[in-house]
Amino acid sequence: MKDTILLAYKKRPRTWIFNISIFLFLVLIFYASIPYIPYKGIQQNSISIAQSIIYGILQPDFSYFLDFSKGALPYLLLETIAIAFLGTLIGAVFALPFAFLSSRNIVPKWVAHIGTFFIAVIRTFPPFVYGLMFIRVTGPGPYTGVLTLAVSGIGMTAKLFTESIEDLDMGIIEGLDASGCNTIQKIRYGIIPQLMSNFVSTAIYRFEINVKNASILGLVGAGGIGYPILAAMGAYRWKDAGTLLFGLIVVILIIDYFSGRLRKKLATGL
Amino acid sequence: MTAWLKEVMFPSVIFLANGKSTKPKRSPMVYVVPILLVLILISMEITGFDFIVLFTRGYQFFVIVGRMIPPDFGYIPKLINPMIETIMMSIIGTLVGAFFALPLAFLSSDNIIKNKIFLWVNRFVFSIFRTLPILIIALFGKYVFGLGSFAGTIAIAFFTWLIMTKMLYELIETIDMGPFEAVESSGAGRIKTFWVTILPQILGQFISFILYNFEMNVRSAAILGYVGAGGIGLLLNEKLGWREYDKVGMILLTLLITVYAIETFSRMVRKKLS
Repeated sequence: MKDTILLAYKKRPRTWIFNISIFLFLVLIFYASIPYIPYKGIQQNSISIAQSIIYGILQPDFSYFLDFSKGALPYLLLETIAIAFLGTLIGAVFALPFAFLSSRNIVPKWVAHIGTFFIAVIRTFPPFVYGLMFIRVTGPGPYTGVLTLAVSGIGMTAKLFTESIEDLDMGIIEGLDASGCNTIQKIRYGIIPQLMSNFVSTAIYRFEINVKNASILGLVGAGGIGYPILAAMGAYRWKDAGTLLFGLIVVILIIDYFSGRLRKKLATGL
Repeated sequence: MTAWLKEVMFPSVIFLANGKSTKPKRSPMVYVVPILLVLILISMEITGFDFIVLFTRGYQFFVIVGRMIPPDFGYIPKLINPMIETIMMSIIGTLVGAFFALPLAFLSSDNIIKNKIFLWVNRFVFSIFRTLPILIIALFGKYVFGLGSFAGTIAIAFFTWLIMTKMLYELIETIDMGPFEAVESSGAGRIKTFWVTILPQILGQFISFILYNFEMNVRSAAILGYVGAGGIGLLLNEKLGWREYDKVGMILLTLLITVYAIETFSRMVRKKLS
């Protein structure tokens, strides 16, 4: 008994060559990166800045939350949510055709390849590039934010839609076919019930991300709470920045919580 | 139409052949559609959404796109270094983030840490950090480390650390705990046991998470330049500001090719791993 254990132990896989090569590879990468990522030391007043931001977030000025006029914190948060909501919805609607056109089980393979490439193109451009393009259309303001989020959301939403379309259970549709359903009935009873919960779940997930993306919109002046936060940080008004960030964090936490619950419900069946 | 609507709102009772009757469940659409419509109308009011503007001025969107074509190919030599810088920022940021994610995921898995209060506080604190957009983190980085790619790398590392931790502990909570219990009962410490029983189980997924995050980070590294945190985004910001759209087009094309290449490579590796 003991011999066989020792024998098996002697025959254990020797992974040290593999481990060492991975280690050397990592060392090499870090070494190669040194000229590209120079460390210039810590800024002089950085610690006091970090302190004041954390202080601002931990002890927000609650009087901000009671000011319901236009341009105050509650309105900005509402605007941010509205932008994210409309942007998600429009993006999801436009993502549908892209998703069907890049699903291998719906269209021929070459069409699917073109579709996936197109989605990749949309996904690659940073959102603020779309923002700058849309500002020419609608001028600065929340409307631009809606369009920006809609277009930059198409890529990811379509990609996730495609995945659920490719997972379609074709057996159900064949079954409906065999029992004599026409195309519309097949779509209504065979395809929509299979995709609906996945699509809604994806859209909710994207909504979560879009609320977070609101800070990127601030860069191009496309509405929402992003710009006030960036402006406050740029002007070294740390207490304001901290309070605004506190508001955004609270909203995101609430949305995350409810969207998580909703998506869990969608995944396990209503 | 009204008959159909009535059927949707108040489904009529269906009588079965055996004499029993059943009432179909009311479709959730009955509540969902009106709520959605109201939310859409409120959001349109707040954001000033207007279809007419979109149709009459929509062509303006393509004005800038038109100016990007053809891209300025003579600009390529100046792009190579910033692009490598962006990729380097993403690689180092992802690796550093992944490295620190492992111990934190260990401390956040409910099948390893049995102290509920510690677990709850730990997760809550880090879920607050996770709400911070990467751009804000990069701005913090800028104030602490000054302009440049170091701040961007720190932001990427921090962001990856948080996301990776969540992905990892959700994975660890689904694995087979048999080997863990076996090794632990033979007297090994918690960390040693984690190392020999859990790590081998999650290693493949862990590598695929690293690749996935790397993909994402290359894309966000392009945004970070906008706040002065290094890489190709810095150039993008500059050229957009100067309205040299042919150069902007070239930057975007380079970014597109790089991201597409990385994505294809990472998809290949991930397919092999799974």
